[in-house]
Amino acid sequence: MKGPILSFDGVRMVYHTPAKETLAAENMSFSVYEGEFVAVIGPSGCGKTTVLSLAAGLLPPSAGSVRVRGEKVRRGMPCFGYMLQKDELFPWRTVEQNLFLPLEIKKINTPENRKRALALAEKYGLGGFLKSMPDQLSGGMRQRAALIRTLAPQPEILLLDEPFSALDYQTRLNVCDDVYNIIRSEKKTAMLVTHDISEAISVADRILVLSARPAHVVAVHELNFGDTVPLKRREMPDFSKWFETLWKELNV
Amino acid sequence: MKKLQDHISAEHALYLKGLRRKSIFIQLTRIGLLAALLCLWELVAFFQLVDPFIISSPSRICKMIGELAADGSLFYHIGTTLWETLAGFAIAVCAGTGIALLLWWSEGARRVLEPYIVVLNSLPKIALGPVIIIWFGTGSSAILFMTVLVGIIVATMNMLGGFLATDKNKLLLLESMGATKFQVLTKLVLPSSIPQFIGMLKICVGMAWIGSIMGEYIVSKAGLGYLIVYGGQVFRLDLVMAATVILCVLAAGMYALVALAEKWLVKK
Ligand SMILES: Nc1ncnc2c1ncn2[C@@H]1O[C@H](COP(=O)(O)OP(=O)(O)OP(=O)(O)O)[C@@H](O)[C@H]1O
Ligand SMILES: [Mg+2]
Repeated sequence: MKGPILSFDGVRMVYHTPAKETLAAENMSFSVYEGEFVAVIGPSGCGKTTVLSLAAGLLPPSAGSVRVRGEKVRRGMPCFGYMLQKDELFPWRTVEQNLFLPLEIKKINTPENRKRALALAEKYGLGGFLKSMPDQLSGGMRQRAALIRTLAPQPEILLLDEPFSALDYQTRLNVCDDVYNIIRSEKKTAMLVTHDISEAISVADRILVLSARPAHVVAVHELNFGDTVPLKRREMPDFSKWFETLWKELNV
Repeated sequence: MKKLQDHISAEHALYLKGLRRKSIFIQLTRIGLLAALLCLWELVAFFQLVDPFIISSPSRICKMIGELAADGSLFYHIGTTLWETLAGFAIAVCAGTGIALLLWWSEGARRVLEPYIVVLNSLPKIALGPVIIIWFGTGSSAILFMTVLVGIIVATMNMLGGFLATDKNKLLLLESMGATKFQVLTKLVLPSSIPQFIGMLKICVGMAWIGSIMGEYIVSKAGLGYLIVYGGQVFRLDLVMAATVILCVLAAGMYALVALAEKWLVKK
């Protein structure tokens, strides 16, 4: 087994606003291992987005530590790729220019990096749409473009915040398959948060279950689906067994 | 960026024809309405239903404009007002956008200056007339200052509103990539504020004309506002109306230029 790439150790997170303070996460400890696909599920509003922001170093924890290979996380570390619920493609840029955005921001906009991003786009079916504006793409293609934009600067760890929830059901299943395949074939470590149990079972190697706010880890499950793709997993007998287990844990 | 279809069905062609017809009808009605009003005005004046000395008339206005053009003073007055308006507009837009940028950049400055901006915005600028005359004298620079003053606050508030309305999720996305504040500005805030910028330009065109004419009312030796005030004082309604008509044409022309700029900016 490879060592942990990302680890939370006794993390506590408190939000302060003039009106009140909100304890969003308490005593949270877990690790993510290299090459693994971890899904984090929890009831809505429990602090899932907070966990991702902490992981990406966008928020400093109030207590405890978040480390990447033993090093404390900082904002804008090159090892992270963050993908949001909506694709957030910039409508005034072509698809191609959108893919180059992280390269420009990180000042690594070299011909090789651009070529690699374009190769990814080609490989995953966006080749014909590079010069299009984002609003000419379907919802599924936009989400794929967003994933390729995330992959362009070669992050090691992908942080996905309910990346399919803005899509309709049919598209969601397909895009989920696409994203799963892309992440697997690029051999990335991924942490996906969602409140959709079946989505979590269909993509993850391991599932962390969070409690209601303040979030802490109540259970960790190792799934044994191996490299089975999401659509196939949904048809397997184990799927409903896991669903039942997780459903119960979320509703205690 | 819509693609035009090569083949259109007969039904669609009919629909397009209908649209074209309708728009031609609207245009003709517009022109007709103007012509009818002018005729009515002319007739009322011609038959002395109301004293033409008080309401003037289209033909007398034309004659007046002809006279002004003949002795060359027309172009002098137009040039003066146009210069004041355009220069004031340009300064107000640039400085207003610049100030808005600084306020976006520094939350501290924004919070400190907020009440000042609110007060300046609600203050009727004409109240500053005497102060402006004392500071800038009675020349063009006083009027220019008034024009800038009227436009700059509106420009600042509009642009700042646009900058601050930048999509929170897109900001988060850039932040997660480790973007600096300057990168956030150039890659996201400025491009996403272009529609706001165009809206602000349109408002500022109106503001610039208000500023320059108001300035000329208070203090001036030349310009269309001066002609209007002078005409009113010596009771020459023809002169007042002539200057007003020219003003209408110029303001419409400037608005059309901004609309053109909008098309160009949006295409880019
Ligand atoms: N910037 C903030 N300031 C104050 N409170 C916040 C902030 N962000 C989140 N919270 C609070 O922290 C708690 C957890 O929020 P978070 O967005 O992490 O939950 P979530 O599980 O992602 O929710 P959802 O299911 O709606 O996506 C919520 O109660 C929320 O109100
Ligand atoms: Mg969330």
